[in-house]
Amino acid sequence: MEDCLAKKMEITVSEAEKRTGRNAMNIQETYTAYLIETRAVESQIEGQCAPVESLWRRYSEFELLRNYLSVTYPHIVVPPLPEKRADFVWHKLSADNMDPDFVERRRIGLENFLLRVASHPVLCQDKIFYAFLMKEGGWKEMVNETGFQLKADSRLKALNATFRVKNPDKRFTELKHYSDELQSVISHLLRVRARVADRLYGVYKVHGNYGRVFSEWSAIEKEMGDGLQSAGHHMDVYAASIDDILEEEEHYADQLKEYLFYAEALRAVCRKHELMQYDLEMAAQDLTSKKQQCEELATGTVRTFSLKGMTSKLFGQETPEQREAKIKVLEEQIREGEEQLKSKNLEGRDFVKSAWADIERFKEQKNHDLKEALISYAVMQISMCKKGIQVWTNAKECFSKM
Amino acid sequence: MEAEGRLLGPPLPAGGEGPGIESHLSEGALGTARGPLLAAAEVLALDDEEDDLEVFSKDTSLAEVNSFSPSVPISPSSMINQYKFEDGPELRDLFITVDDPESHITAIETFITYRVVTKTTRGEFDSSEYEVRRRYQDFLWLKSRLEEAHPTLIIPPLPEKFIMKGMVERFSDEFIETRRKALHKFLNRIADHPTLTFNEDFKIFLTAQAWELSSHKKQGPGLLSRMGQTVRAVASSVRGAVKNRPEMFTEMHNYMETFSQKINLLDKIAHRIYKEERDYFNEMKEYGPIHTLWSASEEDIADSLKGIASCIDRCCRATEKRMAGLSEHLLPILHEYVLYSEILMGVLKRRDQIQGELDSKVDALANKKTEKDQFSEEIGRLEDKVEHANNALKADWDRWKQNMQWDMRSTFTNVAENNLRYYEESQTRLHFQILLQKMPS
Repeated sequence: MEDCLAKKMEITVSEAEKRTGRNAMNIQETYTAYLIETRAVESQIEGQCAPVESLWRRYSEFELLRNYLSVTYPHIVVPPLPEKRADFVWHKLSADNMDPDFVERRRIGLENFLLRVASHPVLCQDKIFYAFLMKEGGWKEMVNETGFQLKADSRLKALNATFRVKNPDKRFTELKHYSDELQSVISHLLRVRARVADRLYGVYKVHGNYGRVFSEWSAIEKEMGDGLQSAGHHMDVYAASIDDILEEEEHYADQLKEYLFYAEALRAVCRKHELMQYDLEMAAQDLTSKKQQCEELATGTVRTFSLKGMTSKLFGQETPEQREAKIKVLEEQIREGEEQLKSKNLEGRDFVKSAWADIERFKEQKNHDLKEALISYAVMQISMCKKGIQVWTNAKECFSKM
Repeated sequence: MEAEGRLLGPPLPAGGEGPGIESHLSEGALGTARGPLLAAAEVLALDDEEDDLEVFSKDTSLAEVNSFSPSVPISPSSMINQYKFEDGPELRDLFITVDDPESHITAIETFITYRVVTKTTRGEFDSSEYEVRRRYQDFLWLKSRLEEAHPTLIIPPLPEKFIMKGMVERFSDEFIETRRKALHKFLNRIADHPTLTFNEDFKIFLTAQAWELSSHKKQGPGLLSRMGQTVRAVASSVRGAVKNRPEMFTEMHNYMETFSQKINLLDKIAHRIYKEERDYFNEMKEYGPIHTLWSASEEDIADSLKGIASCIDRCCRATEKRMAGLSEHLLPILHEYVLYSEILMGVLKRRDQIQGELDSKVDALANKKTEKDQFSEEIGRLEDKVEHANNALKADWDRWKQNMQWDMRSTFTNVAENNLRYYEESQTRLHFQILLQKMPS
């Protein structure tokens, strides 16, 4: 961890700004740009303030960075980006991407993403990542020049592998199940939380009506007037208090959302393993069948049915020269195949080893983060109770003086 | 001894204090110790009860302290909430309970009867304990008899025939129980009322057997004659009543208009809060178990998750209690005062009508100077009627306002306490959970 970029450099996403510009299809569009500020840490120790470097990036550039990282480091659980569109909203929050609250929460999420990458032992050393932070112009070209898009596996291929792989590593199968469960349970939780927030909002806000009516009623009362009026004021305070409470809760929801999206990153690693394993199995199968073909040609026996065999039976045998040529080609292919299989095996083992190391790292991080989040949730609830107790104690005093 | 909380009846003028007493003594202008009680007796011709009234008012200080608690299944807390007596000699000598709803099915209809148990030490009651069964119709009858006999007194509200907004089944347990409680309150409020408590129909209601009640009901003034009165009264009230109305009653009228509006709003708000809390509860019920479900796929954080789940469950139960508090105390009280505001508007109107009778007679007489003597007696009678009506209303109004203030104070304080309990319960559980979680595993 000492080599981590995060230790050497302060990284913040400090501002968000609305911009208009022309996109690739020359159509005018509005988007939000985010200011990334970086400052080297070392110089600060000497008592000098290092200069702040900054540049602007938009969300699509973050997406490009992440895609690049996912393809280039398939064995790493790559940190997720904050959501593209507002999801799991309860009614008061806007689902509009331009809404200032959404933009603010996204800014925080993007900063978190950069910090995650910068604290990752492997990812933080990536040159493209460093350029993303430091090099405003020409970065896109730099990424495209790596040709990472070509390395990306097709979705279809990956899906195929999932269904056809015969001997995946059991740990990965379990991990895949876990990530499915995690995704399902967190999204369910977030959905219900949003509904609970909605209802809680309703309860608090309706109490605000008391304030108005008490105030109007107090005008016609002599003895009860003061008590009513001041109780009404407390009801207004109560109704207003829910706004801050729910805003804090949104941050908690965002913490859970990060791990909802992390589940997808986990699954991506599992998929990569499946793909590699499937590739390996296909290659091994192919090699076996070629070896068999070779043997058959050499010994003249046909153990397995093949169209070539049948046609040659029907249309006459091959000449010994032709057979020799075929055997030679096959032998060459077999040699290549064996090389490939060896390297694929090695690749596979390396992948499993390094992927599993990162998964262990991720597990620890996840357990730590989620535990902290749950504790902070409990603390939030306690704070809400405290506020409630204060308001209702005051209200009770006013009522008892009516 | 005057109860600070709930006003039971006009205190003895000798030691009298408290709102409204000075004013109604000076207005009553009868000067005797028996004041308004006697006036009421005269107008209502409760001849046979006069002596008893005198005895009652003179000998209150010597009256036995009767601390009956009726041995019926009414929860003590609901009794306490309704009636708060100061420590001291109890003025009550009449204890009524309404319970035991029973369904009766006949060929024509199905209806519910309630058991009404009365325990009393009053002399005019032949026995000290009565048990009768009454149905809702009987209560309606009693109310209309009381309104007739005392047009400017504030007769307590009866639960409505049918409650639309709750969408409660007519004979559901919830509906019957709500109604039973309201009927119980209705009779006890009458019993507490200084004048109404001695009404003859009230006594018959409490004591007569079913057949006796039926035959008594048939003897009352016919519907037609009652209607006739109403038509005449309306006609006269349209004319003079408002312009000759004493300032005090215009103030009351204005007050009631605003009060009625506000109390109706509060009733709606309270129902809305109940609904929102119920919806919140329904969502919370689903929220907790998700955490438990999640804990099944985790190891390290399983305990934390289960901890949060139990906190949420605790919060759920606390919410249920909070809702119960609303529906048991706040909602019924607000509803009663919605009904009260209608009743009071009606009382003010009837007072106007009585005055209207007088005014129209006076106006009519102004044009016929010759017949003055003939009508002077009638005018005098009407003037007395108006004066009595005004005094009765004024006294009852002050009493009602005091009770309203007490009811509102105690009900809203109770609401605040409910909410405090809710937050305190939720909080303790959370504290506990955090402590557990912060411990190194």
